[in-house]
Amino acid sequence: MAAAITRRVLPGFGLSLGFTLAYLSLIVLVPLAAVFVKTATLSFSEFWAIVSTPRVVATYRLSFGASLLAAAINVVFGVLLAWSLVRYSFPGKKLIDALVDLPFALPTAVAGISLTALYAKNGWLGQYLEPLGIKVAFTPLGVLVALVFIGLPFVVRTVQPVLEDLDVEFEEAAASLGATRWQTVYRVVIPTLLPAILTGFALAFARAVGEYGSVIFIAGNLPMVSEITPLIIITKLEQYDYVGATAVAAVMLVASFILLLLINALQAWTRRSARRIT
Amino acid sequence: MTTVRLTRRALASAGVAAGIALAATAGVAWAQSVTLLNVSYDPTRELYQDFNAAFIKHWKAKTGKDVAIKQSHGGSGKQGRSVIDGLPADVVTLALAYDIDAIHERAKLIPADWQKRLPNNSSPYTSTIVFLVRKGNPKGIKDWGDLVKDGVQVVTPNPKTSGGARWNYLAAWAYALRQPGGTEASAKEFVTKLFKNVPVLDPAARGALTTFTERGIGDVFLSWENEAHLATKELGPDKYDIIVPVSSILAEPPVTIVDTNVDKQGTREVAQAYLEYLYSPEGQDIAGKHYYRPRDPKAAEKYKAQLSPVQLFTIDEVFGGWQKAQKTHFSDGGTFDQIYTKR
Repeated sequence: MAAAITRRVLPGFGLSLGFTLAYLSLIVLVPLAAVFVKTATLSFSEFWAIVSTPRVVATYRLSFGASLLAAAINVVFGVLLAWSLVRYSFPGKKLIDALVDLPFALPTAVAGISLTALYAKNGWLGQYLEPLGIKVAFTPLGVLVALVFIGLPFVVRTVQPVLEDLDVEFEEAAASLGATRWQTVYRVVIPTLLPAILTGFALAFARAVGEYGSVIFIAGNLPMVSEITPLIIITKLEQYDYVGATAVAAVMLVASFILLLLINALQAWTRRSARRIT
Repeated sequence: MTTVRLTRRALASAGVAAGIALAATAGVAWAQSVTLLNVSYDPTRELYQDFNAAFIKHWKAKTGKDVAIKQSHGGSGKQGRSVIDGLPADVVTLALAYDIDAIHERAKLIPADWQKRLPNNSSPYTSTIVFLVRKGNPKGIKDWGDLVKDGVQVVTPNPKTSGGARWNYLAAWAYALRQPGGTEASAKEFVTKLFKNVPVLDPAARGALTTFTERGIGDVFLSWENEAHLATKELGPDKYDIIVPVSSILAEPPVTIVDTNVDKQGTREVAQAYLEYLYSPEGQDIAGKHYYRPRDPKAAEKYKAQLSPVQLFTIDEVFGGWQKAQKTHFSDGGTFDQIYTKR
């Protein structure tokens, strides 16, 4: 009986799961475990002393804060962009569609250097912003700009296919049933898109937290002000403090993992409630 | 049957013979063309390009053998770490003794007394820290004391990640300490004030130079002397001036062979000769040409015009060596952390 239940159209569950686990271990788990093994050479009080110094704590605030904010900004404008690309046709649409992927492809250092050149006080944009009192390059705001730049494609590319599947008929049906425009957006479109939006948010956030190359050029890197956590890790490595570096890395890993787990749970929940609606 | 066996045996022996011959030629070829890997820091790229060409010629003339030299450049700390982690460097030529000490401490690839093996603390050339300012020196910066004035912006890389910046930091500290009535406390106050004038801390020297030159940030850039000269030469002498302070720190970028690696690779003899050649008149001349301060008085005399005299103090005199300086100033909770966290 049990055998009959687990029978599938295609065989190979054992093989594919086994391969998946082995592959994941090799590529993801073993390197990450190394971080914790190295960190485990510290006693807890030593570990705590390293990861709770004011300078390091300031970087958590900037790294996680700016990453969450950047992901949120990307959700707003990414969904807007995906909407325009899916729902309207206009000249140059293919071109814009291709442009969205550029932050994926560009080496991050190139992105960082060009953003810095743009926003420095002698740059194209910076020369107009500085007189207004808006400093972007070499401030935490610059960090945010870089993170928004590298995170954009994640939201667009996760929302776009879902939006393509969302038939206009749903909106028309809602309208014919007497929904206002706002109700249509709020009750029909957003709930359907929400799981994809959250995935995009999670991906953009995850990418932003780990980002080093582009941020380092525009950040200014002043302790307590504009240092990101990955820079602290690099700094510790430069001083041969391997254990200290892995301790901070472990904190980042755990924090990111918890946040991603939360976002995934939220996404699963919205998917269930979205199914209830449609 | 016999013929077949014969042929087979013939073939086999022919194969073996060919194999031996191949191995022999390969062995000879290998023995004749030795490759050295020189792991160095960022600003020495041009210096060693020139020097390697000269040494290859010298080695050929002296021994009749060919030698190929590979260079690897990057931040001094990162380069030291690569060697510790297994990069098979034959020689290392880094920005400061601390990074080479780490190779002894962490990986035991060299003996503890490595710095005593070659003359002049194993530093065939020296350098110092000078100021690069905008043309005409609009802020009138003459000496270290001017760097803490209001409205002066100073660009330096982060001493935690850049070897050069550690020299900057210590030079400023030592300046304040050597003032009449200077104490550790007054030195710390001076350096704290100086870093309040620093708007950007790039992780490495080349990045900081870009911030100063391309982004137009800052009034003065604290620089290796040779980098300052290179920058003015490359980016236009009409844009920047080099200001040599009254006193500065004597930076001794040391060199050593990596014992474990050269013994494994059989390159000890040539690696040793390579480093010794740095002290030869020709090696010293090349160092001077690339704006390093040669040890040899004759070469120093020749490049006197471009390397202005400056009162130099050494890290051993003022700080009691690199290990101590590193611990007091740059380790976690050291003075550099203090000036940022206790504002």
